[in-house]
Amino acid sequence: MAEIRFHGRGGQGAVTSAELLALAAINEGKYAQAFPSFGPERRGAPVVAFCRISDEKIKIRAAIYQPDIVLVLDPSILRLVDVGNGLKGDGTLVTNTRFSPEEIKDELGIQTRLATVDATKIAREELGLPITNTTMLGALLRAAHLVDKESVIEPLKDRFGRLAERNIKAFERAYNETRILEQGG
Amino acid sequence: MATRVGMEVSIAAAEAVKQANADIIAAYPITPQTHIVEHLSELVNDGELDAEFIPVESEHSAMSVCAGSSAAGARTFTCTSSQGLILMSEIVYAVASLRLPMLMILANRSLNSPLSIWNDHSDVMSVRDCGWIQVFMENGQEVYDHVFIGFRVAEDRNVIIPFMMNIDGFMLTHVIEPIGLLEQEVVDRYLPPFQPLYRLHPNNPVTMGAFGPPILFTEAKKAQDEAFNKTMPHIIKAWQEFGDLTGRYYHPIETYRTDEAKIVIITQGSLGETASIGIDMMREEKEPVGLVKIRLWRPFPFAELREAVKEAELVVVMDRAISYGGPGGPLAGEVRSALYPQESRPRVANFIIGLGGRDVAPEDFVQMVQQAKAQPGEWYEIYGVRE
Repeated sequence: MAEIRFHGRGGQGAVTSAELLALAAINEGKYAQAFPSFGPERRGAPVVAFCRISDEKIKIRAAIYQPDIVLVLDPSILRLVDVGNGLKGDGTLVTNTRFSPEEIKDELGIQTRLATVDATKIAREELGLPITNTTMLGALLRAAHLVDKESVIEPLKDRFGRLAERNIKAFERAYNETRILEQGG
Repeated sequence: MATRVGMEVSIAAAEAVKQANADIIAAYPITPQTHIVEHLSELVNDGELDAEFIPVESEHSAMSVCAGSSAAGARTFTCTSSQGLILMSEIVYAVASLRLPMLMILANRSLNSPLSIWNDHSDVMSVRDCGWIQVFMENGQEVYDHVFIGFRVAEDRNVIIPFMMNIDGFMLTHVIEPIGLLEQEVVDRYLPPFQPLYRLHPNNPVTMGAFGPPILFTEAKKAQDEAFNKTMPHIIKAWQEFGDLTGRYYHPIETYRTDEAKIVIITQGSLGETASIGIDMMREEKEPVGLVKIRLWRPFPFAELREAVKEAELVVVMDRAISYGGPGGPLAGEVRSALYPQESRPRVANFIIGLGGRDVAPEDFVQMVQQAKAQPGEWYEIYGVRE
């Protein structure tokens, strides 16, 4: 089972990100679960969402404390929230940042595998908004083959309707532009 | 062919209400409320469900509309949560005594104070004795399925009693997971149209909810109690026939690894699946522990419970509500009552957990079993308090 924790700010779509990933996995015939960290919704406040993907029925109904992957949708959160908390030693941190993985590694002292992409820039250029949920999904799938890239397209079209094409473009661009620093690299 | 889709559990519940072809949906449309009602209002607005959606000014009015709707012979649905249930509770009792069948989904959440919007079972326990059939759901599939089962049982002429589905707020309502949807033709075969025995109609006047002076009241209550006590076989039959149609069978209680279990954990609602992982962890360590999940809360399955724990020496009951000044949580009280007539009965330890959205992990069940083994006597404890 893969456990992924999403960090974002209210309004950026961390919950949508987790949901789209779960829907893609379920469409592939896998089992998946997505849920927000429950609480009053406040735009701009740090929020967390969770996703589990498994080949077998998922029975656990608790938050994720030791994720395999942490996905950070907003670069400013890196310095506010302990995003790496509980991240498995062989896990991956995937973050939105304009810096390179090497720079982030040194600055934050991250020991795990690391993937970075300037999702805010891509989202601004493709969507005209700094909303990075679909963009960061591209980075996530580049860093870890949780589902086939194509499986995300249908849930993305369902969710975004006429805005889907632009989101798909942002998703594809992030997939291609993500840089990965292997552990110990 | 049934289809398997990823869906938020609340949306799946609303889709089931649509497939059940409800006539009237009355609900208070803002907090505390779920996506169930929001999605139903969209389905009605978009013409996908031919029903009256009646948004009301309070939950008291919601249940009052439901009373009139059911009395007029309409298939009736509502949905609420926490303080909303408390506000409607006067009429919740009334519709049961009036024998007005309907379905209510209660997204279980805590009660004030402190102010909390999160999940526990204190709301439903406040109406434990209201005279509704009450079930606790463990996952999204059970929620979807029980919309059909609930209408069928409530409207069954052998029952004619309202049906309440408890689904854990957030832990179920806000989770996206795979749900197997039924073909409309299967739903239609399982759930016949509502045909009430009596209905309010100007051309054919009847009296419902008449004055009950002391010379009549006891007899009316005796009749209600007897009718309620006869519901169990009809509930079991509705589950059996649902299973025969869909392959998904349900029972008053479910057991997990209770064979030769000297220790049995008892849960209600969505905790059951998490607890089963804790059971697997303990079984790995050769701990003879099993799990009993109480699906049917009212009528309470006393005989089934006794059978399920007959080999146990220790029963550890997980409650998600407090009964202040009582013997522990409400579930533990029922379990002790069930076991009391037996000549030899297991010791009952009781933890109150998961209050107001406090997360419960599989490891917590391991820890609680260890504590229950080590600490003799009958007791209850609020678990996981930060000191």
